[in-house]
Amino acid sequence: MAFLIIDRRPQGRNKSAVNRQRFLRRYRKHIREAVADAVNKRGITDTDRGDQISIPRKDVSEPIFRHGRGGRQHRVLPGNKEFITGDKIKRPEGGAGDGGGGEASNTGEGMDEFVFELSRQEFLDFMFEDLELPNLVKKQLKETEAFKYIKGGYTNEGIPARLNVLQSLRSAKARRIALGGAIRRQIKLLEKELAALEENDGDEDRISEIKAELNRLERRLNHVPFLDDFDLKYNNIIQQPLPTSNAVMFCLMDVSGSMTQDVKDLAKRFFILLHLFLKQTYKKIDVIFIRHHTVASEVNEEEFFYSRETGGTVVSSALEMMLKVIRDRYPLADWNIYAAQASDGENWQDDSPKARDLLMNSILPLVQFYAYVEITKREHQALWNAYESLLEKHGDSFAMKRVSETADIFPVFHELFEKKSE
Amino acid sequence: MSETTLIVEGSEWTFENLENLELEIGRIAEGYRLDTYPNQIEIITAEQMMDAYSSTGMPLGYHHWSLGKQFLSTEQKYKRGHMGLAYELVINSNPCISYLMEENTLALQALVIAHACFGHNSLFKGNYLFKTWTDASAIVNYLVFAKGYVADCEERHGLEATEALLDSCHALMNYGVDRFRRPNPISAEQEQQRQIEREEYQQQQVNDLWRTVPQKDEASDVDGPRFPEEPQENLLYFIEKNAPLLEPWEREIVRIVRKISQYFYPQRQTKVMNEGWATFWHYTLLNTLYDEGLVNDGFMLEVLQSHTNVIFQPEYDSPNYNGINPYTLGYAMFTDIRRICEAPTDEDRRFFPEFAGKDWLDTLHHAMEDFKDESFILQYLSPAVIRNLKLFNILDDDKNEEIEVTAIHDDNGYLRIREELANQYNLSKQEPNIQVFEVDLRGNRSLSLQHIQHDRIPLDKDDATEVLKHLHHLWRFDVLLDSIQEGKVTNSYVCADASVHEAGDETPG
Repeated sequence: MAFLIIDRRPQGRNKSAVNRQRFLRRYRKHIREAVADAVNKRGITDTDRGDQISIPRKDVSEPIFRHGRGGRQHRVLPGNKEFITGDKIKRPEGGAGDGGGGEASNTGEGMDEFVFELSRQEFLDFMFEDLELPNLVKKQLKETEAFKYIKGGYTNEGIPARLNVLQSLRSAKARRIALGGAIRRQIKLLEKELAALEENDGDEDRISEIKAELNRLERRLNHVPFLDDFDLKYNNIIQQPLPTSNAVMFCLMDVSGSMTQDVKDLAKRFFILLHLFLKQTYKKIDVIFIRHHTVASEVNEEEFFYSRETGGTVVSSALEMMLKVIRDRYPLADWNIYAAQASDGENWQDDSPKARDLLMNSILPLVQFYAYVEITKREHQALWNAYESLLEKHGDSFAMKRVSETADIFPVFHELFEKKSE
Repeated sequence: MSETTLIVEGSEWTFENLENLELEIGRIAEGYRLDTYPNQIEIITAEQMMDAYSSTGMPLGYHHWSLGKQFLSTEQKYKRGHMGLAYELVINSNPCISYLMEENTLALQALVIAHACFGHNSLFKGNYLFKTWTDASAIVNYLVFAKGYVADCEERHGLEATEALLDSCHALMNYGVDRFRRPNPISAEQEQQRQIEREEYQQQQVNDLWRTVPQKDEASDVDGPRFPEEPQENLLYFIEKNAPLLEPWEREIVRIVRKISQYFYPQRQTKVMNEGWATFWHYTLLNTLYDEGLVNDGFMLEVLQSHTNVIFQPEYDSPNYNGINPYTLGYAMFTDIRRICEAPTDEDRRFFPEFAGKDWLDTLHHAMEDFKDESFILQYLSPAVIRNLKLFNILDDDKNEEIEVTAIHDDNGYLRIREELANQYNLSKQEPNIQVFEVDLRGNRSLSLQHIQHDRIPLDKDDATEVLKHLHHLWRFDVLLDSIQEGKVTNSYVCADASVHEAGDETPG
């Protein structure tokens, strides 16, 4: 009996990927809503993963003509235990399973939601769809100082270390063939004639004449050099400007007494979103945490979010700290700088103008984007009012929003980074 | 037991192992006169299995979001451990392609080979429905053609338009089947060759139909011949040939969906037989293998465990109950036919005088070749099987307060249960009987359908409304559907300009 065993494992992975993408595309709107929902519901630490998405089942259903309930329906069922012919049973509430077909519902129970899993990447794509990092392009074009070297064919000039032997010999051979062609053709003709003459004991003079000529030609052929200067080929290496792919993200937060743990949680959510978002674009991201009350300090993440401090608030201290860190460790040429500041908006009365000036004169010219998030349920605070004047002049690299509860975070984030129409 | 050496050892499979198994099982199968197409076994990963699974076993099918939906839900359930994957998948083609998952153990692979490569395969080759309705040698090429054509349409006419068209066709897929007329064999080559000619020709035909300029007042008085003269049950065929505004490529896609639906029609009608036959044979073949001493006890225990899982039937009140398991029912029936032949009781002689005590292999082959689920059950469901599965029949009549048990597994009930169960597998009773009734040729070109109710069973309203929208998408003029109970319209649906509303009387309840 003929048969054949084929190993298909190496090929055709993800054949359904196309169909899967079709599905995601079709239900884009639903999925985006679900993603935004999920982001808000999630714990702070696990924003960075895929998730289950559910869509109302009726929206994804594929209708066919089928029987509804009612009329006279017979049904044969297995596993009779107590019934005898003629027994009456009360009609169960809700739906009795479909008879016969067996595949009426593939879950066994009526489910109102179609649930499926999005991978981490898909989830993030949906999350940050329609968002863009402001001022990204500008920096990349302007400030490229890193280069990478790539092969770019061959050149005729170069340093010995880059000599490409294969290409050189190849071109030498081509040259030899080209230059020697005519001579070789003549030699061939003469040899033929010579052979004919010798066979028929032909004219002696002609034979020696030919021999001399052959000699001369051989010599000429030998003069074609094996390797000439212009045969030499060198590997060509070209410099390609490399867009800076490093980013540093500054998280600035007020930890004065007025910032409660809840407020900090909100701030943290915002910082995490920003971090995730930057990660979509940049290969390497440094995160610098700077917290401040009346004085600022650079701390690790743990301390940033959880240690308690009390005291007044001097925002400018944090800004100065940030400037110092940039100056010391993050040369502008190599780094894209993003900063997000979260605060409940309270500040020493006379510090706010100072903070504003610092931002305007020193910080905003350096950074790609600076976002200020005011977390408060009350009306706008001192810092907001001070910052407001920045919006006009620096609207492209500075933005501020107010957040009052968890549900605001994602929408606010969305607004901050919404794609601006060109 | 004889002292023959084992052909396989250990629980890991190798390609060599599989070949040996195939050869041995094939030899035994030949002894049982199982006639099969050549086998092509393909080893795939779990992920690939999910792919294949979600494309309804047609790995070469065209792309569509609904398959992505299937894939997502399969993946979800598999990852969460709610379901195991099918061990195998087999395609009714020549050569017969079976998919084996690499995760399977050696014993499972053996079971799958026996099940798919010899069980399903021989039914595909031997059963009368498949013989007359499908052409195993052409299907793969046809699917490739269809896939290419759909992709081409997506490029030429846009993804949205193509997808929307396929959606509409899928909604009517079950109504794209000729139930009684044998379809023309499908061939990818011919399809391609004739495509252009046909496109032109079809368009011409359709235009002919609509050539009459509507004459409002006079025409309505005159009763011209009705069109169609007879009600048409193949809705997709009717649309392909007569829908007034479809473009040629759209007709072609309707045709593709219709052809594929037609190809699967026999499979939908032989679920019980197909699974039962394959299960009976994997059990019998592997047991023979064991009896010959070619495999060891551990191997056989694993086979038996999987076999038991496959034929598990939850009872009606179990939370896992999801209809009658076709594997269980089919396996029980084929096994019982063999028992009736080999060791008939008086009861068996009374119920099955034609074959009780006769050669079991002849009887079994006859049963496989000449029946479909409905007739198979009507002919062969024995009292013993009814007793074992403790089948009972209930009548759910919306005119009565309560559900009535009308038959159980006793002398008075056997025939009744057999008949009702057979009905349960009668596709033309399972699916609402809907036919094209009339097209208003002279007026507003509306398409009228009729649903003939059986036992007063109504249509599912939500779905019917949705399907009508799809029908409207294809027909592009008003579509009406009357649901008829004993000559009286109880419910009608109208879809005009894609807005559907129910009209007429509501059915009680």
